[in-house]
Amino acid sequence: MEFKTFVFYFLSVILVAASLRVITARNPVHAALFLVLAFFTASGVWLLLQAEFLAITLVLVYVGAVMVLFLFVVMMLDINLERMRQGFWNNLIPGLVVGGLILAEMVLVLGAKYFNLENAPNPPAPEAGYSNTKELGRLIYTDYVYPFELAAVVLLVAMIAAIALTMRKRKDVKWVDPAAQIAVKRSDRVRMVSMPVDKE
Amino acid sequence: MTSLIPDFIMERWLSFWDVLTPLTQFLVGKTFLIVFVTVCVILTVAFTTYFERKVIGFMQGRVGPNRVGPLGLGQPFADVIKLLIKEIVVPQKSNRFLFLVAPLLSIVPALATWAVIPLTDTLVIADINAGLLYVLALTSVGVYGVILAGWATNSKYAFLGAMRSAAQIVAYEIAMGFALVGVLMAGGSLNLGEITRAQAGGVSHWFILPLLPLFLVYFISGVAETNRAPFDVAEGESEIVAGFHVEYSGVAFAIFFLAEYANMVLISALTSIFFLGGWASPFEGWSFLGESNLLRDPGFFWLAAKISFFIFVFFWLRATFPRYRYDQIMRLGWKVFIPVTIVWIVVEAVMAWLQVGPWSGLAG
Repeated sequence: MEFKTFVFYFLSVILVAASLRVITARNPVHAALFLVLAFFTASGVWLLLQAEFLAITLVLVYVGAVMVLFLFVVMMLDINLERMRQGFWNNLIPGLVVGGLILAEMVLVLGAKYFNLENAPNPPAPEAGYSNTKELGRLIYTDYVYPFELAAVVLLVAMIAAIALTMRKRKDVKWVDPAAQIAVKRSDRVRMVSMPVDKE
Repeated sequence: MTSLIPDFIMERWLSFWDVLTPLTQFLVGKTFLIVFVTVCVILTVAFTTYFERKVIGFMQGRVGPNRVGPLGLGQPFADVIKLLIKEIVVPQKSNRFLFLVAPLLSIVPALATWAVIPLTDTLVIADINAGLLYVLALTSVGVYGVILAGWATNSKYAFLGAMRSAAQIVAYEIAMGFALVGVLMAGGSLNLGEITRAQAGGVSHWFILPLLPLFLVYFISGVAETNRAPFDVAEGESEIVAGFHVEYSGVAFAIFFLAEYANMVLISALTSIFFLGGWASPFEGWSFLGESNLLRDPGFFWLAAKISFFIFVFFWLRATFPRYRYDQIMRLGWKVFIPVTIVWIVVEAVMAWLQVGPWSGLAG
């Protein structure tokens, strides 16, 4: 067995096991941590595909930022596991339908021979000094600049909408403008009073 | 170098080395390098703690440690031995597994990042193309150690510290990433070695002057990322005792301590590489200094000098500034640093586009 194949199966076993534990773990924090492990391992699999930019971005964005906030929320919520389980039978039918659809889509991808893939030429081997990141950047910012910007605008709108919907001004905060704090002078705070000395 | 080792030993060694297959040579060489760099980092951390106590001591009119060994130089080792022989207390209601794994999760990224740090022109463990992204990804993973420690401890103080730390690290990571976008535009590469080579040619070619706002944002964000004063609300001993590591003792605490200082050394090294030309000499190209000498030639000691300077700045800040309030930290990260970096990236792009300034050759 080639070393690369060994690495692939090693990572895949961890990935599948971690993903299974995400949905079977009882403790939501443990489930979130298994999701982190799954992302990390998936990034390793992507590295095997020589997609180093995507692999590192997966760790940077999902592990480093998204999952941190996710974990944050899960830790803060006081989740009542008994009440969560009550909805199991009610949600079973919709869950099965969605799961079945996802399964069907994945099986369709496995039937690659119907896509006429054998006739598609293999991509040429990258030459020395080829930079995945550079190539990706060139494509995104030249050929596909409009779809890319459109996606960025959609995300921006969603972000602003989320902030606008949840933002509330608190009245009881004693917030002071830092610029005003710095601009304060001694004469604003201290008043020197000349007091005559009492003589007895 | 060869003169230090007698010739017959060198020959023996070389003949032994040549017998090995290239793969074995690679594995043995890299393993040796990894162990060497790790041991160096840990020793640096040990003496950084000594350096900190001395610097802060002198700034506060004290002498600092001076009992163990000459000038107190044995102090770090005394501390290590003390921490090693203490008991690790695991709180009864804590999550035992995560409680013990958390320190490891914070030390591993801090050490693993050194894989892509170029120490000299040729000495780097892994010379990868996406080095800068790797650095960003690993520094962002380090936050898990803090969060898990805070949660697994099952204590309110620890949890508050973890929450503060998580919010702070996520906020300052964005400013840090944006500051590095400016560096990668100026250097034209994601490889740390290439970025350093782009700054060759003396102090006027370093990125610190043209990218001064980004340099300041990067270093201050680095201080915030490592949870050092004045951004150390995650530990904040005056309000939440010791924050996320309040229940840790012995070696488990020592590992958190090691990770914090290793991160400090790392941020200092990265700032030197990104903005101060790494191993390059500031006097490169100054012909009146003579042909080729220690002052003009690039070398590891230049990087070491720069790293030492930034470590000193860390302690200088700690001795000088009072602790920030939590909402002030958030405001500084989101409302000051991120806009500053975005504006400077635009300025840099316009300069490169109009072919003015140091990046006239970059456009196209």
